[in-house]
Amino acid sequence: MARRLPRKDVVIVGLGWTGSILAYELARTGLDVVAIERGPWRDTASDFNIGTAADELRYAVRQDIFLRPKQETLTMRNNPSQTALPIRKWGSFLPGNGVGGAGVHWNGQTWRFLPDDFRIRSHMIERYGEGILPEGNHIQDWPVSYDDLEPYYDKFERVAGISGKAGNLKGEIQAGGNPFEGARAHEYPTPPMKQGYQQELFTKAATNMGLHPFPRPSANLSAAYTNPYGCSMAPCTYCGFCEWFGCANYSKSSPQTCVLPALIREPSFEARTECEVTKVNLTVDGKMATGVTYVDADGEEWEQPGDLVLVCAFALFNVRLLLLSGIGKPYDPVKDEGVVGRNYAYQTGSGSTGFFEDVKFNPFAAAGSTGVALDDYNSDNFDHGPHGFVGGASITCAHTNGRPIRYHPTPKGTPGWGSAWKKAVRDSYQRVANVGAQGSVMSYRNNYLDLDPTYKDALGRPLMRMTFDYQPNEQKMANWMAERCDEIAKAMGAKATQINKLGVPWNVVPYQTTHNTGGAVMGNDPTSSVLNRYLQSWDVPNVFVMGASAFPQNAGYNPTGTVGALTYWGLDAILNYLKSPGALVQR
Amino acid sequence: MIRLRHLILLLPLFAVGGAIAEPDNYVEIERGKALVIAGDCVACHTAKGGQPFAGGLALQTPFGAITTANITPDSASGIGGWSANDFARAMHEGRRPGGTYLYPAFPYPYYTKVTRGDLDAIYAYLRTLPPVENRVNRNTLPFPFNIRLSMLGWNALFFTPGGFKPDPNRSDEFNRGAYLVEGLGHCGACHTPFNAFGASRDDKFLQGNQIDNWTAPNITNDKQAGLGKWTVDEIVHYLKTGQTRTSLASGPMKDVIENSTSKMPDTDLKAIAVYLKERGAAGPSAPTPLPASDPRMQVGEAIFVDTCSACHMRSGAGVEHMFPKLAGNVITAQDDPSSLIRIIIAGGRATATENFPTSPAMPSLGYRLNDDQIAAVVTYVRNSWGNAAAPVSAEIVKELRGRVIGAGE
Repeated sequence: MARRLPRKDVVIVGLGWTGSILAYELARTGLDVVAIERGPWRDTASDFNIGTAADELRYAVRQDIFLRPKQETLTMRNNPSQTALPIRKWGSFLPGNGVGGAGVHWNGQTWRFLPDDFRIRSHMIERYGEGILPEGNHIQDWPVSYDDLEPYYDKFERVAGISGKAGNLKGEIQAGGNPFEGARAHEYPTPPMKQGYQQELFTKAATNMGLHPFPRPSANLSAAYTNPYGCSMAPCTYCGFCEWFGCANYSKSSPQTCVLPALIREPSFEARTECEVTKVNLTVDGKMATGVTYVDADGEEWEQPGDLVLVCAFALFNVRLLLLSGIGKPYDPVKDEGVVGRNYAYQTGSGSTGFFEDVKFNPFAAAGSTGVALDDYNSDNFDHGPHGFVGGASITCAHTNGRPIRYHPTPKGTPGWGSAWKKAVRDSYQRVANVGAQGSVMSYRNNYLDLDPTYKDALGRPLMRMTFDYQPNEQKMANWMAERCDEIAKAMGAKATQINKLGVPWNVVPYQTTHNTGGAVMGNDPTSSVLNRYLQSWDVPNVFVMGASAFPQNAGYNPTGTVGALTYWGLDAILNYLKSPGALVQR
Repeated sequence: MIRLRHLILLLPLFAVGGAIAEPDNYVEIERGKALVIAGDCVACHTAKGGQPFAGGLALQTPFGAITTANITPDSASGIGGWSANDFARAMHEGRRPGGTYLYPAFPYPYYTKVTRGDLDAIYAYLRTLPPVENRVNRNTLPFPFNIRLSMLGWNALFFTPGGFKPDPNRSDEFNRGAYLVEGLGHCGACHTPFNAFGASRDDKFLQGNQIDNWTAPNITNDKQAGLGKWTVDEIVHYLKTGQTRTSLASGPMKDVIENSTSKMPDTDLKAIAVYLKERGAAGPSAPTPLPASDPRMQVGEAIFVDTCSACHMRSGAGVEHMFPKLAGNVITAQDDPSSLIRIIIAGGRATATENFPTSPAMPSLGYRLNDDQIAAVVTYVRNSWGNAAAPVSAEIVKELRGRVIGAGE
């Protein structure tokens, strides 16, 4: 029987990027805020010592700061005809664990989605006709436009200090930036990162091909920066230990560097770590949340009453918490009804690896977001008519690291061990450049999340089941992108290239990307969305859900910039809600 | 007769008045609170993890540990039974109500300069604190220092009672600064060397000291080791935020800034800065820097490049708000190298204030640098980029490592 705690104004589930921003912004208005976080407390000073943070074995191989399957896992299958089995070792994606969430271990690529991405369904039909949409799709327009979100993108970029070069300032195209991006009110807070020789070759080759390369926007900061919360950061040292690592140098934007130092000074804020929220509690009629129930590290169960519940966990776990709490109607693919779990999406990865001679790249001098990208093949920046697919990809030439244990690119056909392998590593380590395409994944009737009928977690709650595969539209798109990447790699001067096609069926074992989206999407129609355009539950108005679970389908970019923008957009909505509680959009 | 009756009715109110924050008293109590902040009373009178002002912190002195008093108005274990006169006597004379002697770890040789009016305001504020029952063993010193009467002789030798005397030839601002620094602020308690009896040496006032294995630097206007190169504005900014372009406060000064100076009015901070700048300069003359060819410098440079330069920069320029600039940093110029050594061994954190909440950390590197290596890199830092200070030996590092690690810090 859960023991009942004193009421709080705001209960936040999960203390990552979205939870920490909302906690700070609401606590500073004087509200009593508690954040309940499943994992441990983490901060730069205590957890990321410069002398031990760059431990590849501990962090990259043994995945020290990631979620453990025993804390939570999923079952997975590729399609509804299969029986899902539990993921017993995280592979294709790696959810974060603890304060800061995935914001601790991310690479830091901080994009804005393109204006067309927000109305992709209408846009594609207007330009190409209904026939361009793939079979079984659930593609839907976002309930917000790029222009709605622009000021909120700006806020997040300022808090995170993002390094980059604007390509479109108030409608004026800027040399050196991305000419396809939506109009920005301001330049990036800090200048773009320095790039390596590889990126120089890519820029030259792409420009000669008539493409438009630019340094990608980075949360590994190029310069010292103090954000509007007073939190300070130091310039990146290009040590190459970003992805899967916490930054010891205060150079990677994260809740730790950008928000927590200000947040922990707020007297009305409290964090409870190593406490897992098991349920959002509802009134008997199910129309209002009364707080949450959680289990602490000793297995004790507590009830935390609260007036407002903000669900701020990782996208997948937001969806599971809604399913377990009975908030919103669960999605049923057979009847194509219900909303929670609907429109789960992912991303594609494809590209080309170029093997060079007479060059010396320095892959070890890198950061998670160094790299030059181009958007000529993203969203609808090119004519899709001849290709018959929807979606696109950002194409990037980057190395994020040259770490000794796991970075040893070798040509296909090289033995996996022995002197021939050693020779190939020696020959290739400084002579490989990768041109990669990170592609969108549309939403489909048969890609979804629901509760598994068989498998349960340690607390006896059903695991969530993921049903997902790359559909023909995505395969066609990703493999076409791989050819574009290959053209560029060849133009860069690669003596040999290897095309990396999209792996199908989707396989949960090799790491691909942690850009899992959807399942609790935002929309204007309550029959096809869990949240209204203000990220407020259609069914329980004192529950707001943050994060990429709100994306109606996924774009060809890393999601964090858009997650950050939606958080500030949601914050304004929450402040309005507090003035006059109730549904912000009538059903 | 009527008047007399009123007087009788009023008497009981006066009798209990001291312990209650009456509306009339609000201004006085707020003034007292500001003075308690300026004196940083909370720093010593709060145990680690304990209730504020309830005492119990073990202050390490060369004579043994002294546990600080509970100054909440709890009548049994705090100062609830003290009158305003009792309080003033303790502050001015270092004597408890019964007449027993206090040890000068409680810096009454400074507080003797505080005006009675200010003491009454402090007293009024302390009476408004929630009483906390916390019985503190006030007799933890070993023999013979546990004989409090010995303080009679100490006082005769080293204690000059008497209020602050402003210098008529100086500005009001200077005198305000002097009143704060020499009195309630008791800056000299850390920043002035002690003699063999634990008394601040008047002849070396504010010339730097080692305290809790940290260097409390020279804060006279000395060009080499003191504040000679700092402007008044820089000193004010440092006291307000814990940082300047070169320095980030850590160690005990971090607490002073967070609890005390960052909350003081700018006018008082400016007065302190004016006083420190105008009072005079004193300190040892600058030594000649070691040549780069010195083997210790060469070893130190190699370690610096590998271990330190990513944050502090190859040029020693550091990163504003984050990593101290080592070139021209006063802490490198002190005769006593403790802060540099201990921060390498054990790490440290910079001050967090409202405007700059980050509190960046220096990680501990004692686990991977041995005593010789630390000695070399500290010597290198003390003698590079225009810095000049005596080389540091491995023995000094070894001894400090023993004290810092031994103390479980």
